[in-house]
Amino acid sequence: MQDLSFVTRWIDNLFRVVLGCPEWLTVTLECVLLGVVLLLVYAVLALFYIWFERKVCAAFQCRLGPNRVGPFGVLQPFADMFKMLIKELISLNHTDKFLFALAPFLVIVASMLAFAVLPWGNGLQAIDFNIGIFFLLAVSSIGVLGILLAGWSSNNKFTLIGALRSGAQMVSYEISISLSVITMVVLCGSMSVRDIVMAQDHCWFIFSGHIPAIIAFLVYIIAGTAETNRGPFDLPEAESELTAGYHTEYSGMHFGFFYLAEYLNLFIVGGVAALLFFGGWMPFHIPGWDAFNQVMNYIPSVIWFLAKAILITFIMIWFKWTFPRLRIDQLLSFEWKYLMPISLVNLVLMTLVVVFGLTF
Amino acid sequence: MANIQETIAGQFPEVEFAQGETLELNVPDAKWHDLAASLKEAFGFDNLRALIGMDWGEQLGIVCYLVNSKTYEMIRVKVLADNREEPFLHSVTDLFAVAGIYEREVFDFYGIKFIGNPDMRHLFLRNDWVGYPFRKDYDTNPELNPVRLNHEETQDTTVEYVEGPDGKIHTVEHAIFAPDDFVVNIGPQHPATHGVLRLRTAVEGETIKKIDLYLGYIHRGIEKLCEGLTYPQTIHFTDRLDYLGALMNSHCLCMCIEKAMQLEVPRRAQVIRCIMDELMRLNSHLLAMGTFCMDLGATTMLFYALRERETILDILEKTTGARMTFNYNCIGGVRQDIAEDFVSDVKKLLEIMPKAIKEYNKVFTGNIIAKNRMEGVGVLSPEAAVDYNVTGPAARSAGWNYDVRRAQPYGIYPELQFDVVTRTEGDSMARFKARITEMEQSCRIIAQLIDNIPDGEICAKVPKVIKLPEGHWFQEVETGKGAFGCYIESTGTTSPWRMKFNSPCFCLAGVVDHLTRGQKIADLITIGGTLDYIVPDIDR
Repeated sequence: MQDLSFVTRWIDNLFRVVLGCPEWLTVTLECVLLGVVLLLVYAVLALFYIWFERKVCAAFQCRLGPNRVGPFGVLQPFADMFKMLIKELISLNHTDKFLFALAPFLVIVASMLAFAVLPWGNGLQAIDFNIGIFFLLAVSSIGVLGILLAGWSSNNKFTLIGALRSGAQMVSYEISISLSVITMVVLCGSMSVRDIVMAQDHCWFIFSGHIPAIIAFLVYIIAGTAETNRGPFDLPEAESELTAGYHTEYSGMHFGFFYLAEYLNLFIVGGVAALLFFGGWMPFHIPGWDAFNQVMNYIPSVIWFLAKAILITFIMIWFKWTFPRLRIDQLLSFEWKYLMPISLVNLVLMTLVVVFGLTF
Repeated sequence: MANIQETIAGQFPEVEFAQGETLELNVPDAKWHDLAASLKEAFGFDNLRALIGMDWGEQLGIVCYLVNSKTYEMIRVKVLADNREEPFLHSVTDLFAVAGIYEREVFDFYGIKFIGNPDMRHLFLRNDWVGYPFRKDYDTNPELNPVRLNHEETQDTTVEYVEGPDGKIHTVEHAIFAPDDFVVNIGPQHPATHGVLRLRTAVEGETIKKIDLYLGYIHRGIEKLCEGLTYPQTIHFTDRLDYLGALMNSHCLCMCIEKAMQLEVPRRAQVIRCIMDELMRLNSHLLAMGTFCMDLGATTMLFYALRERETILDILEKTTGARMTFNYNCIGGVRQDIAEDFVSDVKKLLEIMPKAIKEYNKVFTGNIIAKNRMEGVGVLSPEAAVDYNVTGPAARSAGWNYDVRRAQPYGIYPELQFDVVTRTEGDSMARFKARITEMEQSCRIIAQLIDNIPDGEICAKVPKVIKLPEGHWFQEVETGKGAFGCYIESTGTTSPWRMKFNSPCFCLAGVVDHLTRGQKIADLITIGGTLDYIVPDIDR
């Protein structure tokens, strides 16, 4: 396995030794550099997802999708984003101006923070601390605050209903997500992202944890879809009922922030699923097949991670373009009556499996 | 019918009888309510099909068509108001639920006030409209009713005219919503209303308490326009009512005029009209299904439905030259002969459709989320369907076995083999499934005809100037939405004295409040989508 931490070490070395910067300046420069890189990745991924989703849904719907701007329409999202950037930010009367402006930033900051702990590759991780996965759960739930604020501060009945739906939905499904994450933490024995990845060296958790891991994965992917407010759980922005839900009143880049955050949350859910169930950046290993494992190791870890995350998000996009939308009462009863009890039982099952050493 | 006449004559000596297309009754206003009650209770005329406002020059009044929901007999009742200045009639809202909205329309256009109707507000026009536009002495001076740019205040109360024991009429005000209701304004610009329809919705959390309907955002006064045009000029208007039933609507008007002229339509034209009607029904049901699924969040189904609809539109375009407002039927037949490859194209369509229907069921109908969203939502009882004059797939899926093609047969339908699709559940799922089954039946009808299009003329010989004799005619057809009716009152000139399009969607919109009470906001979309009303048909 290629360890990409030589890149970070080289940069660190460049600042400290070659340029002879003092400690405080080195840390500051590195932080700025890291922030810029993450922002770039963020933007590129969002643009990729806009294009990807449009292409995928077009294929499902007997259409071609974007195909005029650039080859296969790859430049379409750039054109869209440029249009969004130059659009006017309409300021409305009767809104709570401060909260109205704050809400999109809260949403986007929540998804940006989650980027810090994703296992991008071997040695490519912004920060690795012993409660990594816990941190991820914590920051990603800031997003709901932004949505609630957006709905409330718009001073509009549709946005308010959308925001309340969203609040109820995200708070409920957060429980299932956390429970399935805890289930996997039980299997691994650590909350550090790097430890979770390294523990899957011989075999991915979805295989080594077998039945409870598969159940946890199913619960996670359903709750994760709900958490990202995407179809069939897109009630907060149910177009046919609430026009655009909580972001009805937003325009220009403020709307763009919600739009980007939705796609990035999709990626984060996919990335965390890849981390917890499919080994993060860890290549596909089969215990005992050393030659095969060596070949797999030649594929760079970054590609492994991105491929897994995108494949999982592809499934979530598939959900959206196939299923109709649930109704709010069905949505909540689904979570509280089915998903949560299942994941609770599953947690017990996983604990028993681990205690009796029934893992592979 | 003779029996009815005898009994009624015994009970109500004031009633005058005549025999036209149906038994016709003339009744003074004082006895109208009692007569309606008697017709409903004793003779089973429980369905108020049409309530048409009229201005005969000296007198204002209404013409009603009542249908017996079991035997499909029809009866016509004419009621005259006493004077033009302050015309009052008695309301039959307590007998027929649909009368509430019909009477509002008559009040709006003729100024006839209905005693006992709890909601005498304007329906289509603005509250500050001057005069009653459908009256013959209406002043069309644009200074009286300029294009107003100010915002129209929404009224929160309705007026009811109540007759006291001494015969004096006084007004009572009703509040539309309770003071602490949380009222959400849905529309007129809203993705789910499929047009400019406004629903003021009182909600309790996510549960709907009451819906107040506002119409008239695209009212074009087509009926009034027709009064100033010759008969051939009126036909293209019907395409612009329910644009998904364009060919069926114009078929209806043409048949009504042909009936009045006693014109024999060539067999070839009749068969072509029938095939076109059924293609149009497929078109209508496909779009209804597709847009409904999109409203439920299953966008992909819309494109599947549009894919097949595109084939139909291509077929229609080759023959008629248009994809939406065809203007294909004309008095005496059809305007153009069918295109060369019409037969082969339709046969191809007939091959595609069964596979496509199977695919729809696989993708959507069997889906567990779709089932949860539709089953038991917006249950319409057969009694309510009759009461609210709901016709078409919505009524048949509620268990009221009424199809104009069978009940009042027209064209060549009596010769054809097809089933009237009836279900018993009455919920949204039943309406959705009924449409899919009706598509199969439409294919069956087309298959019977496509190889048997006879040779001959496509249009009968028609005089250059078309004059209808003095009289009145009412003709109905079954469109994709329900029973569409045309009423013509003629004084013997080249243009109609009164032309009324009795649209099914108007009644479908009228039943929305009844169906949505106690349901969730999301169910409003399900119910609206499965009722499948089209706003231009509501507003006319």
